[in-house]
Amino acid sequence: MKIIEGHHEIDVPDGVPVWDVDPYDVNILQDPSDYYAELRSKGPFVFIPKYSILACGRHKETKEVFSDWERFVSSRGVGLQDFELEEPWRPRSIILEVDPPDHAITRRVLARALSPKATADLKEDFQIEADKLIDELLEKGSFEAVVELAEEFPTTVFPKAVGLKENNSRALVDYGAMVFNALGPDNELRRNAMAMGPTTVPWIVEQCSRKNLKDKGFGATIFAAADAGEINEEQAEKLVRSLLSAGVDTTVTGIGSALWCLASFPEQFKRLKEDPSLMRPAFEEVLRFTSPVHSFCRTANGDTEVSGVKIAEGSKILCVLGAANADETQWSDPNKFDIGRRPTGHLAMGTGIHGCVGQNLARAEVAAVLTSILNKVDKIEFTGEAVWRPNNAIHALDKLPLIFKTA
Amino acid sequence: MVKITLVEPGGKQIIVDAKEGGSLMQAAVAAGVTGIVAECGGSMMCATCHVYVNEDDLEKLPKKSEGEDEMLDSTASIRKENSRLSCQIKIGPELEGLKVYLPESQY
Ligand code: HEM
Ligand code: FES
Repeated sequence: MKIIEGHHEIDVPDGVPVWDVDPYDVNILQDPSDYYAELRSKGPFVFIPKYSILACGRHKETKEVFSDWERFVSSRGVGLQDFELEEPWRPRSIILEVDPPDHAITRRVLARALSPKATADLKEDFQIEADKLIDELLEKGSFEAVVELAEEFPTTVFPKAVGLKENNSRALVDYGAMVFNALGPDNELRRNAMAMGPTTVPWIVEQCSRKNLKDKGFGATIFAAADAGEINEEQAEKLVRSLLSAGVDTTVTGIGSALWCLASFPEQFKRLKEDPSLMRPAFEEVLRFTSPVHSFCRTANGDTEVSGVKIAEGSKILCVLGAANADETQWSDPNKFDIGRRPTGHLAMGTGIHGCVGQNLARAEVAAVLTSILNKVDKIEFTGEAVWRPNNAIHALDKLPLIFKTA
Repeated sequence: MVKITLVEPGGKQIIVDAKEGGSLMQAAVAAGVTGIVAECGGSMMCATCHVYVNEDDLEKLPKKSEGEDEMLDSTASIRKENSRLSCQIKIGPELEGLKVYLPESQY
């Protein structure tokens, strides 16, 4: 069989529409909503000839494929490459890119390091930093929110939370972009990301070792698990690497997208100011509405069937989380940003055993920023056009010119 | 459908019809029970689906996993002997009539 983008070519399964689309086209990546809607309208699955993959975007099937780890494995890669055929660009992740029973061991360690309790301990520190930053931005007037807030906040608090002795904001942001772009095809985005390797990878790898971590923080909890014999030293280093891979770019995106939503829908911002108890559900709605991780793959580990569609062993399935989060059969009026909604069951943080292990940290960071904004800011306005940045797996802002106003 | 009773801290009883094979958390969310928040959607990461299981019903439930046990240390309301995460309670016919108490707060 022929290999395409690192996986086997597959035949079009019976009854599955062929859709000649490139999900990684820059225009789609920047403005995906029409693509999401068309994907859902075509059926439970489509076949995309350009990459010889299946894609799903309805909530039901996306959830099923994304969470059924026995039939749809992560160990063969969550991008287009099949790790059974090709070696990934970096040693594989020992949490994201493995299946049970191995997964349970590493998952437990990271779940402990990033538990609600562990992240709640950081609340005060986060609030102090957020208040300081928002005060500065209020003083400043107009600012570029991607760099000056969405990147600035996580790159200030995250290294400390992990316990890194050295900080390199640029490397942290760039490494995240690399990891996520690497999940796509061999396109310009992926090649440009890979070109950043020499300047980012060595620094990242270096920070993962015990000697470069303080004795307090997520890193310390991970190495304590190594001391207790739950995992070995090398596994501990790899788990720290997982935090450095997935812990910055994602929260940068979450904060940026939250600001974008509140600036775009001022009546919702007003509502939130009037009832701050809506803050946590509001962020869930930001996640549902913007889907920071727009799509990840699974690989069928045997012949199987979903919603009457026969899926062959080795098929790569693009699970379009952004499309599922706007499925009209799952949410009423899905294209409306409504902070009063209860969007439990959105797939923005994944679902099932691989569901985001860093979500408490993401929520804690966003909560600090939003609390500060609700206390200090009366209006959030655009001072220029917001621009989205194409990435093979992340839907994030590139430019967000804003001004914070007080009444 | 399996009938489960959820008791709010004020004493109000809510009876939900839970689908077999699903989780108690899913049934409660589908029924609009706000005392279950379930922020993580069942990935066992948030501890905002905490319930206290009626003492007499405890033996109907399979033992909790080590992961659930650790996550229960993160509940917002005090952890007790009968604390469980409702996303880890799988609905089967043996749970007909199960009663659980909702905590004061989930976060
Ligand atoms: C808004 C912010 C975030 C979003 C939208 C997000 C999204 C996701 C998604 C969709 C998955 C599931 C992947 C899969 O099933 O294949 C995931 C897993 C993961 N996330 Fe996040 N994430 C966020 C923040 C974070 C943070 C802050 C960290 C680390 C500190 C993190 C670390 C991880 C790790 C290690 C996994 C793999 C878990 C596993 O395989 O068991 N994430 N995330
Ligand atoms: S729903 Fe999050 S732990 Fe149960």
